Amino acid sequence: MQETIAQLTYLVASVLFILGLRSLTKPDEARRGMQLAALGMLLAIIGTMLHQEILTYTWIVTGLIVGTLIGYPLGKFVPMTAMPQRIAFSHMFGALAATLVGIGEFYHMYQGDHPTNPSAAESRFKMAAIGFEVLFGALTVSGSFMAFGKLQEFITGRPVTFKGQNLLNGLLFLSAVGCLGWLIYEPSNVIAFYSMVAIAFAIGFMLVIPIGGADMPVVVSLLNSYAGLAASATGFAIGNNVLIIAGALDGASGFILSIIMSKAMNRSFGNVLFGAFGSGGGVSSKKT
Amino acid sequence: MSATGFIQLYVFILAGFVGFLVISRVPPLLHTPLMAATNAISGISLVGSIVLAGGQYGKLPTILGVIAVACAMTNVVGGFIITDRMLNMFKRGDKKDAGPKRNEAA
Repeated sequence: MQETIAQLTYLVASVLFILGLRSLTKPDEARRGMQLAALGMLLAIIGTMLHQEILTYTWIVTGLIVGTLIGYPLGKFVPMTAMPQRIAFSHMFGALAATLVGIGEFYHMYQGDHPTNPSAAESRFKMAAIGFEVLFGALTVSGSFMAFGKLQEFITGRPVTFKGQNLLNGLLFLSAVGCLGWLIYEPSNVIAFYSMVAIAFAIGFMLVIPIGGADMPVVVSLLNSYAGLAASATGFAIGNNVLIIAGALDGASGFILSIIMSKAMNRSFGNVLFGAFGSGGGVSSKKT
Repeated sequence: MSATGFIQLYVFILAGFVGFLVISRVPPLLHTPLMAATNAISGISLVGSIVLAGGQYGKLPTILGVIAVACAMTNVVGGFIITDRMLNMFKRGDKKDAGPKRNEAA
């Protein structure tokens, strides 16, 4: 019964998210629509609270209160001119949550006091999902932090390039993919998992430093897309449809938006991401 | 790959298409609020965090879960408030003519 109610709230939440995004096509209705989306989020939270696996609420409520206390001033008092960096900052939190959930799941499965130790065959699909989750999550965390730093100008806003950067990025990317493949082959491999997390952090960092401050909104939007994909992968890992749907909406919208924005600047998408290199793009086509 | 996995994949692909169709119709004027809005929605990882924080998975997963809940909640609360603030500014601009009448039925 509880499970049915939870699933229904997820369904309603998903519909409300889509309606909310749809309302953004009309300036008149946009505000009302986003309030509907916020209602959807509230429903999804309530639905999750009904989950049978949840036994203690103390820590959840603590987390929710802390989050509200930090989030409220971040939403209410940040000046409108600081909007892109605030959004980047906010991405960092969302992606960090997805990454931590992925690490927690992995730890629970293979490392904790009572590891469930599922066999390789049954956990392969789940591990692929967790792998994508921490991969996208971690690179969004460090990427967003860099984007935030550049926009806030405590890191130089100019593109930072050095010799062999492309080669290094390619190697990092290949090793991340290698770790992911290794994990899918042997899901219980602790070393592969944590090196993948570390490499993903490095990739996020490396992806953003060669991009100039003026191009940063495109990157923030792309990071939005990655944060969405991380959320979607979480949904695959824990079998939750509202996560998959909301994540896919985000993933699609962030990606399209970054392409539209680069077009508006009369530049190609690849040019914005790899303009500082003069050549390249091989990595980007695989990445997205 | 199990049957559930395939259904999940269907959900993912179809939702992606819906996202694509909806977003490509958003006017450039609203692109910044759209970014803030999708940022708020990406806070949905809160749902995963809550399960991790509340389920008895052991000490470390619970700690990670609580941090994740706090982070995701920050994203959700901040994201929706800022989107609302932004859209509120559009209202004062009085763009009554912008919305075509025939779309109101939907």
